[in-house]
Amino acid sequence: MKGRKDIAWKGVRKQRIDQWGHIKPIENDFLLNPLLLDIRGSGIERKEYYMADEIKKRKTPLLDELEEGPWPSFVTDLKKMAEKKPKANDLLGQLELSYKEKKGHWKHGGLVGVAGYGGGVIGRYSDSSELFPNVKAFHTCRVNQTSGWFYTTEALRELCDIWDKHGSGLTNVHGSTGDFVFLGADTDALEPCFSDLTKAGWDLGGSGSDMRTPSCCNGPARCEFACYDTLDMTYDITMTYQDELHRPAFVYKWKFKMAGCPNDCVASIARSDLAVIGTWRDNIRIDQSAVKEYLDKGLNITSDVIMKCPKQCISLDRNELRINNEDCVKCMHCLNVMPKALRPGKDKGATILIGGKAPIMEGALLSSVLVPFMKIEKPYTEFKDLIERIWEFWDEHGVSRERIGECIQRVGMGNFVEAIGLEPLPEMVSSPRDNPYIFYEEYLEEGEEEEE
Amino acid sequence: MTTQALERKTDMGPPHYERFLHPIIKENYGKWRYHETLKPGVLVHVSETGARIYTVRAGSPRLVSVDFIRMICDLADKYCDGYLRFTSRNNIEFLLADKENIEPLIKGLNLKGLPVGGTNNAISNIVHTQGWVHCHSAATDASGLVKSMMDELYDYFTTMKLPHKLRIAVACCLNMCGAVHCSDIAILGIHRRPPKIDHNALKNVCEVPTTVSSCPTAAIRPATVEGIQSVEVDEDKCMYCGNCFTVCPAMPLADSLNDGVSIWVGGKVSNARTEPMFTKLAIPYLPNNPPRWPEVTSAVKNIVEVYAKHARRYERVGEWINRIGWPRFFKQAGLEFTKYHIDDFKHAGTTYKRSTQLTQ
Repeated sequence: MKGRKDIAWKGVRKQRIDQWGHIKPIENDFLLNPLLLDIRGSGIERKEYYMADEIKKRKTPLLDELEEGPWPSFVTDLKKMAEKKPKANDLLGQLELSYKEKKGHWKHGGLVGVAGYGGGVIGRYSDSSELFPNVKAFHTCRVNQTSGWFYTTEALRELCDIWDKHGSGLTNVHGSTGDFVFLGADTDALEPCFSDLTKAGWDLGGSGSDMRTPSCCNGPARCEFACYDTLDMTYDITMTYQDELHRPAFVYKWKFKMAGCPNDCVASIARSDLAVIGTWRDNIRIDQSAVKEYLDKGLNITSDVIMKCPKQCISLDRNELRINNEDCVKCMHCLNVMPKALRPGKDKGATILIGGKAPIMEGALLSSVLVPFMKIEKPYTEFKDLIERIWEFWDEHGVSRERIGECIQRVGMGNFVEAIGLEPLPEMVSSPRDNPYIFYEEYLEEGEEEEE
Repeated sequence: MTTQALERKTDMGPPHYERFLHPIIKENYGKWRYHETLKPGVLVHVSETGARIYTVRAGSPRLVSVDFIRMICDLADKYCDGYLRFTSRNNIEFLLADKENIEPLIKGLNLKGLPVGGTNNAISNIVHTQGWVHCHSAATDASGLVKSMMDELYDYFTTMKLPHKLRIAVACCLNMCGAVHCSDIAILGIHRRPPKIDHNALKNVCEVPTTVSSCPTAAIRPATVEGIQSVEVDEDKCMYCGNCFTVCPAMPLADSLNDGVSIWVGGKVSNARTEPMFTKLAIPYLPNNPPRWPEVTSAVKNIVEVYAKHARRYERVGEWINRIGWPRFFKQAGLEFTKYHIDDFKHAGTTYKRSTQLTQ
């Protein structure tokens, strides 16, 4: 820690710009602020470096280097916003500090949100608000995106205008769970922003221990592989469980993702607790004339399709493609290579998988099969009944911050399946157990006879 | 303005998606027959009725301002009747009825500095998290890493010359808000030291039982430190996940000296050919070296190039490595294999090699 003398300002900044662009005197005496003293102990030059003489523009020599190069630069975009928005300006300043110190400067949490909701807003505070007063509070609002992320420019402009009015003007399009993310709101701005959003027909998504905003691939809207209506199901589930979405009452987060086919473009098997992945259970539809077209265009069907089939169930017989559908596992490879010639069967539905998650806490999991095949049709009653049985079980047996995948590992898949009223099926496992430590539940007491 | 003065509606949900569908999409919903890739970044979907919708896919930094969104809206108004969408990898997809508008749109996008591509055997946009821009537990910055890498890999976005699609993801800590655990190449921010406890602050801002139970390895115990009710961390058990910091802000984990980046390879989520796979550790630690992370970008580029050179057509990174074996992957990529590569967490034994099937 340097001596008091070294800490003295060289040019004291007496004014700051607030989030509305008004010039305000600085209320805090920096020298008396223990937090700042501590920070300054690690680098006296910070004040000069980041506050500079000019109040308006942050100096960002490190970030400036990210304006070079062919990929679009978020720094260039941030800088343009910083000219208009003090919040964006201070974000740039704080980010530059992070780049210099190789360390983040955000604090988590705090109970912020809109009245009546427990989710949708994530509290975020700067740990260096003395240096960057406009990002003292920089909360996230998750706006529930549209199914399949389809928009009109009218809708996007509407969202932009709302966010321009109430926040930093910075967004994530989209966040990892799928929401349209408003990045950087003051606590006071949350209610007015929410009011304008709902007036325009938008609502918040989930956060915390609730049902997170469901999301889906573009499905039947623009994909020939979609085996069910991912957009409608996502909308329906989102509407049915508004309470679960907005008011965290689970032991931990719960994510739904709807993928139209086993290509799983929304990564549902890895990124959701409950993945609905479209599939079919009859024969792949073949258009032999289109097969011939691919052959004529020079596609090497033997090497690119037949030899890549994981179950070796495709053959080419005098330019006619044959598929042994009984052996097919619907991996999608042949359809991906020859979409014009091959289509999923007509008896479509989905495989329901459960338990996917990232590493926190017990390690990453991929979802595993719960229902090998389910018809997915409006009003999704069978699906919802299943979900509600699972939630009931999780509510009763899950412990705090335990995802359903971890809960199932702890209680055992067999017990879980039994508790929610499903039959154990060989499709649920890659193999039966290979250890003999079986907890038998049926046995005979002395004197009892085995029933005939 | 008070809460009472505001008109309040709740639980109305998102607007119905139908409002946002292009008329051609609405008419051909569920009737799509096939698609073709006309050139990198340009798709055509053909309906049973013969109707066509064209898609132009452009890269985006994901962290974008309202003015950036308005800029892409201007282009969509001009060439797409105002209809567009976003992909799960944060690409922008412009939906066009008229084939004639494809080239002018691409020209317009390029003028604004947006690349067109990311389809088929390309590197699509990098899925990433918040990083230092907005996250409390970040061990690195995501946006800067992505920008630095995509500058290097730009050519792989705008062409389709790889053996198969290649998906890269960045997560700035072990929470992995991006699906980095199932990407072809994953860049993961890592902390390497246990949290530092501010005992004075802890008693005011944290619940001791919640903090204790937040630890996956039971490394946190209640403790009285200099008369203050607090916690202590068994440093040998801590694996730097940051779970405690999320529930207890008095246990910061960020460490300028030791935080950095690890590189993982071989994951996938698609079921095509092989089953979905987790990524596996390739490089346990590279330093945080902003603003350009030269060590990370060159390591990733090297892996991409080795894959491009050696993998067969339609092999994803994980499929290629499974065919050639991990020893040869480490050799071909010129990577050191260390004790950190051998799992020692729960179920570690499942990754030990239990056969003599080894290449020379």
